[in-house]
Amino acid sequence: MNKNPFDMGPMDIAWCPGCGNFSILETLQATLENMGLSPEEVVMVSGIGQAAKTPHYLRCHFFNGLHGRALPAATGIKAANPSMVVIAESGDGDMYGEGGNHFMHTIRRNPDITNFVHNNMVYGLTKGQASPTSMPGQVTPVQTHGVFEEPFNPLAVAIALNAGFVARTFTGEKELTSRIMRQAIEHRGYALVDVLQNCVSFNKINTFKWFKENTWHIDDSHDVTDRNEAFRLATQPQGLGLGIFYRNDLKVPFEENIPAYRSDRTPLYARDTDLKKLAALIASRK
Amino acid sequence: MALEELPFKKEASLVLAGQAGQGIQTIEHILVRVLKRSGFHVFATKEYMSRIRGGSNSITIRVSSEPVAAPIDHIDILVPLDLAVFDHLEGRIGANTLILGDTDHIDAGVTMIHAPISGIAKETGGRIYENTAAAGLLAGVMGAHPEILTETVRHRFSGKVRETIDQNIDAALKGYEAGGSLCAKGMIPFRVPAGKGVEGHILVNGAEAIGMGALAGGCNFVSSYPMSPSTGVLTFLAGQDGEFGIVVEQAEDEIAAVNMVLGAWFAGARGMATTSGGGFALMEEGISLAGVMESPLVIHLAQRPGPGTGLPTRTEQGDLLLALHAGHGEFPRIIYAPGSTTEAFMLAKRAFDAADRYQVPVFILTDQYLVDTYYDIPPLVADTQHRHKHIVKTGVDYLRYRITADGISPRGVPGFGQGLVCADSDEHDEAGHITESMDVRTRMVDKRLLKEAAILKDSLAPELTGPEDFTHLLVGWGSPKEAVIEALSASGRTDMAHLHFPQVFPVPPQARTWLEQAQKVIVIENNATSQFGQILKLHTEIKELGAVLKYSGLPFTVEELTEKISAIE
Repeated sequence: MNKNPFDMGPMDIAWCPGCGNFSILETLQATLENMGLSPEEVVMVSGIGQAAKTPHYLRCHFFNGLHGRALPAATGIKAANPSMVVIAESGDGDMYGEGGNHFMHTIRRNPDITNFVHNNMVYGLTKGQASPTSMPGQVTPVQTHGVFEEPFNPLAVAIALNAGFVARTFTGEKELTSRIMRQAIEHRGYALVDVLQNCVSFNKINTFKWFKENTWHIDDSHDVTDRNEAFRLATQPQGLGLGIFYRNDLKVPFEENIPAYRSDRTPLYARDTDLKKLAALIASRK
Repeated sequence: MALEELPFKKEASLVLAGQAGQGIQTIEHILVRVLKRSGFHVFATKEYMSRIRGGSNSITIRVSSEPVAAPIDHIDILVPLDLAVFDHLEGRIGANTLILGDTDHIDAGVTMIHAPISGIAKETGGRIYENTAAAGLLAGVMGAHPEILTETVRHRFSGKVRETIDQNIDAALKGYEAGGSLCAKGMIPFRVPAGKGVEGHILVNGAEAIGMGALAGGCNFVSSYPMSPSTGVLTFLAGQDGEFGIVVEQAEDEIAAVNMVLGAWFAGARGMATTSGGGFALMEEGISLAGVMESPLVIHLAQRPGPGTGLPTRTEQGDLLLALHAGHGEFPRIIYAPGSTTEAFMLAKRAFDAADRYQVPVFILTDQYLVDTYYDIPPLVADTQHRHKHIVKTGVDYLRYRITADGISPRGVPGFGQGLVCADSDEHDEAGHITESMDVRTRMVDKRLLKEAAILKDSLAPELTGPEDFTHLLVGWGSPKEAVIEALSASGRTDMAHLHFPQVFPVPPQARTWLEQAQKVIVIENNATSQFGQILKLHTEIKELGAVLKYSGLPFTVEELTEKISAIE
């Protein structure tokens, strides 16, 4: 069997043994290969944190930028060259905390990018503080009396903003994860996949076992275009649903709304300013 | 008395003033173009309050037989649209200022020449024609051509219904006639002859010049959050997106804006963000990202008085040291500061080449005064200079951060060639992967800082105006340039020259001989702490500097600088 072209080969990986990130990495590599994509057409964009190191362990182009800022960078990349497959990947603190404003506005803007959020409900790299998705009551070195804030519900927010593709999976469900990843990448427009994962070092509450026991599958009969039902599923108090909550395939991606691409698909790197037009524009000010 | 017999005057200054929403900009728009097309050199600048309606705003127009490019205090003809104008412009209204207004409506207790603006408007169809009538009246007073007035008004209102266009032309021509009759009655005791060489000149303000320069420099991606006074560049480029095939996006905040621009550069675009002080401050982490990623980046920073919200619609050169120190960590950068609209075009164009060539952030510092001001200039030249894209087609073994002799690694973009382009905000190895090797860290810092030598060698020289055998040297950067040059000339001093720095940082090595020749160096800046003076002290041998500073929120005027320059010992 040939090596997966997205596989970097043996290397030193900075994740803890048993980390859910390994599973996400493997599934993503396999999905990209199964889709018939080549590393030269994929750009991974990430922020900062353990999840954000994923691009370093996967053969493709990458832009490993600032904490919380993967989405605007990914939007800029997609808008500059719409032919690239752009994946923005980071953790829950990065995407939902530091980058919360970009999360909302990227959904509104709807670039054709896929957003994988490693959600372990804790800050790992900074050693165990609460994340926006931490559950109330969790005691941490900073939240010494326990978290009291309402957990951020990324799915409900995304559905409220009429995101085109909203799904959740769990690293313990490889087949589901792979299926959702593929559909998310194939979706035309912004796609959110919240990936539940355990943090072996800093989250002793939401363990692998806890996720197994507290997740349930969305029934096959769910109509993914039913936004109200999707919202109801996303806000169900008991456990965390897995599967595709909501799809809206009618939305036009950001880059297709850009006048610059209406009659010309040339990526920006291959474009030059039309100097005759510029000279005419200047002359119009006589 | 016939017009021809009136005493000639080299130039006249007209000031239009009133509340926001009263339409002084419509008068200005028509009048300046009519005068320019009638052969006069013109200059127009505005000062305005941060509000949508009310307040007191003014536009100063210089009409001249010679080129004019700097603001002045004195007013030859004032057109007040309300009473508040008199308090607002107190100090600028002199004994010789002619006040032209509708005495039926404004009674300021001062001698006013009756200009039947309201009467004409009423006759034409209502108060909304007052502005066109006023523009016509002033065109008549200055002796512009009525056919040009007709055409300009027609153009201004093109897109409106026929009746509106016709009535505006009617109001303008009636105003024109009334203006001419004021002259015929000897009410306007001077006449400004038209100039030479105005035909073929263009009218663009600083914001448009930056936008056109960006287009000339190959800019094809803009992302920004609106903020006065930088928004003019954003709206100008947004108006050109379809025509020039450029991507323009209003970001949710300045942090998103700069990160989008960096993503766009990574994918091969030539990107820019336009912002003002507070927005620039929000972009700082992104600027630092450009430093470590070795990404090109162009930011237009239109300065306004801070700190905080400061004076949102006023002018200052208060953010030079912010731009110099923006972003954590150590990395090279380039700062340009145009002193004129022509220079704004040239520097914006150059900024894209420099950013791309050296893979560093480049800042273009303007200010409210510069972006909002315009005067007739020879057409800007859209040539192929600075169009070369400094990107390479990648091979399979491509390394984004390859160590080279000059520190500049060939820059590839995803999708162009077979290589993989890996850009990282962490310290990284040549391939772009995270490293914690202290040895690699040291080599990467050296590599990034090595680019400074190439940047310095490619510096834009400062420009000397005045006698080369000077003993006193006025030093300036950015928008005060034209006012300093005119004031220096007016002062009649033969011992003094002016050295203008279009490139502020790194301090161009070409400045050294001029600075060393001077017995006395005086820095002129629109700020309170002589920020460029501080840079000169740090980066040149000059340790003693005088300073002429202004930080009221208004630009330097020719008269005040003439006085200050004359008094320098």
